[in-house]
Amino acid sequence: MIVGNAKPIEEVLSMIEPFDKLIVAGCNGCVTVCRAGGEKEVQILASALRLAREAQGRPVEIREVTLERQCDPEYVELMRPYVGDYQAVVSIACGAGVQFLAEHFSKTPLLPGINTGFIGVTEKQGEWSERCQACGDCVLHLTGGICPVTRCSKSLFHGPCGGSVEGHCEIDKEVPCGWQLIIDRLKALGRLDLYEKLRPMKSWKTSRDGGPRRIVREDLI
Amino acid sequence: MKSGGNLEAVLKAGHFAITGELGPPRGTNVEVVMKKAQPLKGMVDAVNITDNQTAVVRMSSWATSLLVMKEGLEPNYQMVCRDRNRLAMQADILGACAHKIPNMLCLSGDHQKFGDHPKSRGVFDIDSIQLIAMVKKMRDEGKFLGGEDIDVPPKIFIGAAANPFGEPLEWRVHRLAKKVAAGADFIQTQCIYNMKIFKQWIDQANDMGLTEKVYVLAGVTPFKSLGMARYMQKNVPGMDVPNHMIKRLKGVLKKQVASEGIKIACEQIEEFKEMQGVAGIHLMAIEWEHKVPQIVEQAKMLPRPQVPQEPQEPQEPQEPQEPQEAGE
Repeated sequence: MIVGNAKPIEEVLSMIEPFDKLIVAGCNGCVTVCRAGGEKEVQILASALRLAREAQGRPVEIREVTLERQCDPEYVELMRPYVGDYQAVVSIACGAGVQFLAEHFSKTPLLPGINTGFIGVTEKQGEWSERCQACGDCVLHLTGGICPVTRCSKSLFHGPCGGSVEGHCEIDKEVPCGWQLIIDRLKALGRLDLYEKLRPMKSWKTSRDGGPRRIVREDLI
Repeated sequence: MKSGGNLEAVLKAGHFAITGELGPPRGTNVEVVMKKAQPLKGMVDAVNITDNQTAVVRMSSWATSLLVMKEGLEPNYQMVCRDRNRLAMQADILGACAHKIPNMLCLSGDHQKFGDHPKSRGVFDIDSIQLIAMVKKMRDEGKFLGGEDIDVPPKIFIGAAANPFGEPLEWRVHRLAKKVAAGADFIQTQCIYNMKIFKQWIDQANDMGLTEKVYVLAGVTPFKSLGMARYMQKNVPGMDVPNHMIKRLKGVLKKQVASEGIKIACEQIEEFKEMQGVAGIHLMAIEWEHKVPQIVEQAKMLPRPQVPQEPQEPQEPQEPQEPQEAGE
């Protein structure tokens, strides 16, 4: 899923400073699962903003909305009948959701209420970590199912570097060395032969370096 | 000869080589470079010029290399993958070779988090092993990564680093094997203190036939103080300082710690001279360049050999070898 994290309330308050009639819009997708932008978080944020503005003597009217997904046009369009009645929308979906609302409602300012973190997994209650950089050319079959682009701090294709100590990365003792993980897993799979091979230089064309990306499926059009 | 440089000639002639290290200044202070270069003259066969070491901005490695060449020292131009993409790397390699820099050391680079610009973007377009392969392709095939011909390919002796103490230990020699397969001509190791683990590593390298294909220079850094030894033991990732060395430094009077550090280094060098598979040493006297003449003399490595330069053989273009640039 895409994992996000709430912006500090002070930052959101400063964004909504010019407005007194708002929508706070959540999303039932990834950000609900990672507890950053679902219905419950919409209620919490809206209440916090109302209270803070009342305390400032400048009350704000907030409509609470949670869309099934902010990244699909049919759900986004459900906001069209009333969005014009509000001065701005605080979206607590991922960056894709915020932008998609902005594209659809060109006259309404869109304000991001969360920071979009990464594509990742739930480690345990309250803890998420990154797994995929969406580089567009998956090599997981060669690296024991562990991504060198994401899990190695330097995205090395021939790790580990000299900074791997007791299984952790030189940047932080809390960060496992991606290449130690790869070697351990290849060993468990009996596929250390894969470690001994030289890997071609990666083409970053399929990654962000090729410009903003698009996938077109002729079979679905 | 691949480069026409002194280091290559010394190693090829079978002499026990020595390389030094010089960290460029944090500014345009040429005098600092000259001051550090001076004591190294005639003492080392080449000197590594570090590239934004520990991710701290300094005068660029190639520019400092040119300065030390004017002083009569041969540079080993270091390049890290952290700060530039494959376009910038190839451009800098051409520039370095146009100025007759004969050696290059290919490194991944410390993570930018450690330096003075922790907010910077780490490039890591290619990694150190792919950088070795890239330089080899430029030199031996006369081609850019993109496949186009190079108008007068670079002549360069390709170096790489190895850390026999990084984990997982048993797979370290396989990483060395990959560097050799990618095209490294010489290897400089991390500072060695744990001789037992180093011996195991070089024995493995000998058994795998790697030391027949590549010159291994053993990394030596004399301790200047007890504090330095403790710091390296505790705080430097991938460094293995055994307790008995700390004990030995503790056992001498405070004013004698530095000379004891040099003594330890010289004893290590004597062992390296006898060790099969070790072709020389890489002396990293960190901010202690002025001590290099004393160390090299005490290690009985003077005078440095003067090897007549062979005429360069014309290079036949070779068949392309892995790794190639994907999709190009």
